[in-house]
Amino acid sequence: MTSVILKTATRLVGALVLVLSIYLLWRGHHAPGGGFIAALVAATGFALVVLAEGPGVVRRGLRIRPQYLIGAGLALSMGAGLVGMIRQQPFLTGVWWPSTSAVAGTPLFFDTGVFLVVLGAILTVLLALEES
Amino acid sequence: MKEHPAHDPSTIYWPGRLSALLPLLLFIGAAFQVPEIQKNGALAMAFDWVPSLNVRFDVVLDGLSLLFVLIITGIGFLVTIYADAYLAGHRQINRFFVYLQSFLLSMVGLVLSNNLILLFVFWELTTLFSFLLIGFQNESATARDSARQALLVTGGGGLLLLVGILLIGDVTGTYAISELQGHTERLHRDARYLPILICLLAGAFTKSAQFPFHFWLPNAMAAPTPVSAFLHSATMVKAGIYLLARLHPIMGGTTAWMTTLVVVGAVTALWGAVVAMAKTDLKSVLAHTTIMALGIMTMFLGGRTTPALTAAITFLLVHALYKSSLFMVVGSIDHQTGTRELAEIGGIGRRMPFTAAAALMAALSMAGFPLFLGFIGKEIMYKGALTEDVFPGLATTAALLSNALMAAVAATVALRPFWGRETPKALTAREAPWAIWFGPLVVGAIGLGFGLIPDWVSRWLVEPAVRAFHATGEDITLKLFYGFNYPLLLSVITMTLGAVFYLARQWLRRTLVRFLTAVPMTMEKVYDGGVKATLAIAKWQTRRLQNGSLFQYLTVIIGTTVIGVGGALLHAGTIRVGWSGPPVPVWLGLLLVCMLVGIGIVVRTRSRLLAICGLGVIGTGMAVIFLTYGAPDVGLTQLLVETLTLIFAAIVLLRLPPIERHHRPGFSRMALSLLVAVGSGALVTGLMMAVQHTEVDRTITAFYEQASYLKAHGRNIVNVILVDFRSLDTLGEIIVVAASALSALALIRGKRSSS
Repeated sequence: MTSVILKTATRLVGALVLVLSIYLLWRGHHAPGGGFIAALVAATGFALVVLAEGPGVVRRGLRIRPQYLIGAGLALSMGAGLVGMIRQQPFLTGVWWPSTSAVAGTPLFFDTGVFLVVLGAILTVLLALEES
Repeated sequence: MKEHPAHDPSTIYWPGRLSALLPLLLFIGAAFQVPEIQKNGALAMAFDWVPSLNVRFDVVLDGLSLLFVLIITGIGFLVTIYADAYLAGHRQINRFFVYLQSFLLSMVGLVLSNNLILLFVFWELTTLFSFLLIGFQNESATARDSARQALLVTGGGGLLLLVGILLIGDVTGTYAISELQGHTERLHRDARYLPILICLLAGAFTKSAQFPFHFWLPNAMAAPTPVSAFLHSATMVKAGIYLLARLHPIMGGTTAWMTTLVVVGAVTALWGAVVAMAKTDLKSVLAHTTIMALGIMTMFLGGRTTPALTAAITFLLVHALYKSSLFMVVGSIDHQTGTRELAEIGGIGRRMPFTAAAALMAALSMAGFPLFLGFIGKEIMYKGALTEDVFPGLATTAALLSNALMAAVAATVALRPFWGRETPKALTAREAPWAIWFGPLVVGAIGLGFGLIPDWVSRWLVEPAVRAFHATGEDITLKLFYGFNYPLLLSVITMTLGAVFYLARQWLRRTLVRFLTAVPMTMEKVYDGGVKATLAIAKWQTRRLQNGSLFQYLTVIIGTTVIGVGGALLHAGTIRVGWSGPPVPVWLGLLLVCMLVGIGIVVRTRSRLLAICGLGVIGTGMAVIFLTYGAPDVGLTQLLVETLTLIFAAIVLLRLPPIERHHRPGFSRMALSLLVAVGSGALVTGLMMAVQHTEVDRTITAFYEQASYLKAHGRNIVNVILVDFRSLDTLGEIIVVAASALSALALIRGKRSSS
């Protein structure tokens, strides 16, 4: 597809969609959102770019292979689970800092891992299909 | 049959060489325990492993284990040095040593285990590493087939062994071998004694290549020669013998035990000896003599008298020494001349003096010449055979004939290649590097040395080993000369017969080959037939179940769900048609109409683009319904999944050719689709209505509402459940996501490269 309108719109909308996905990931603990939904939103953003500009642009923009996002996500989620174990608690116990007001915690890292895995999985298949 | 494909100068050799330290250190460590074991009987060590299953990491070093450990590590050390030179230049040589030393450790673990479950774990490990070692030349189809055969035969026996072990645990309540000796009476009287015995013997017989499971062992000679020298003569095949000895005080002594072991052992011994005479490939000859030796040991473990059991253990030591030496000798002949065919090798003794010396010593021990340990082994064997409780005649005859044939084979293997006229292949032969003749020479010399000090051998090695599984007050000593008695007379007959067999070997071989080709049914053919039948069944069912028709898959999957779940629902009888929620607003009704139109479009259209749009209408409608009824997370997810599905469907479907008229499904297919679709719709509706009318336990909801913010600091309960309360589930799910993405990638790429 070589629509100028689509390309121009994608520049703007694609970026907005990615920002939105980060926002959804961040707020997921208190309001609708979370890693999975955020990853789907981000994937639609990338899919838009793929349709408008082709898979090469996305590959170049990512710099790394989408499969690596899957690996990084799994490592991050498991790593978040290990933090609790350092404190002699069971695997995947949530740990918060500071412990009383709970500004940040391992569940957010876990959710980010979910985000990366799902995004990486969708992009892996999407790019491979588009290039096949 | 050279066994090195390609020389690769980049290969690093020191790890393999260095790994020789492992068996050496173990050997030295074990050797230092000899006086202690001789005096006190056993050393023990234990800690809990799986306490809930009554499995302890429980090791005991007694006389029997010690003898095995010394054989395993001692020969293991020499074989490692040998293999390092033998396989020099092989590009996977380091992998070889990983397998070899892992096998060695599994074998040591096997003979040290005092817990039957632990023993089984090591037992299976030896099977696995044997598989890897036989199939080491993995470019060769023969090696792969032989490895698979060994794995299936010994692995199948291993499974039966596990059943036997579990039954023993069920009868006695313990898996500890040392405790089981107190339960002998109960085991013997239990109705399950016979099934247990059959299972245990199946394990031991498959591992130790007893008739009729013997056929895998000659095929296992596809392995590199160091493997044959180590696994398939000295160690792994002796695991079955070890098990029989270990279980002797627990399961042995009954008529069933004695009859089975003596008969199977005698048949195996005779069969092995006869086939060995008929073979011309040196390695194959040795493989069959190994079968014969294992049969002899089994036969003597069937007895319960002290001489019989002493004969089994003595012969075990004798055989381990001469057979590993002979295998290594055959390996060096193969290595230096490039052939193992008897007819092609002759007169290489002058060119390979050290190898010849090693062969001579090993062969003299094998033939049972005086002054060699083999002679003492033969004497005690006859003494044992004459005292057997059951079938002493059969045992004596089998031992006599086997030994005579053995003497003839020994002469053939050790004399023919080294002495006599030089064959063309021999002219280019040179002595192998020292590492290749060192091992066989040392082991051969030990066979001679031990023969000169039999009382020392019996006091430190044989007696503690026999006493470990046979409580007796009788004296256990080996002597060079017992005086003029029946065993000596039988020895003389053996030697005479052996000489006759040797002189008549050509005629004997022809006759035996004719006899063997006339045998109509062999276990190997049964095995091959079984493998073929299994593959045929697998192919048939794959063709039936996975025929590539997506329509059929979906019909089966959805149909099964509808019938299974729907049947259960009808059986429970709780469906009440009706709507108990708030009244449905008019605009939602309009939405439903829209979705119905979407369905109609999907079903009827001939344009893929329209079909995709129709699907989008349905999915979006669903998302709106979710949002309306207070499930924003689900609604949002549905909307996004719908969007992405559309994109994927667009990418894939738009590349397909348009739906043409003749591609439209026929009437019966349409009817079936309709049935499945209406059925699944009715099922989901029925389920929803059933849920509406069921009392839901609110305590879980209440817990999450309470704990979500207080304990997990989050107000979005759905998300808190996903990333905190049930995060292990989520972790499992993202692993599935990762795996399916990578599989999809492989499928897409595979498709591309094949087209």
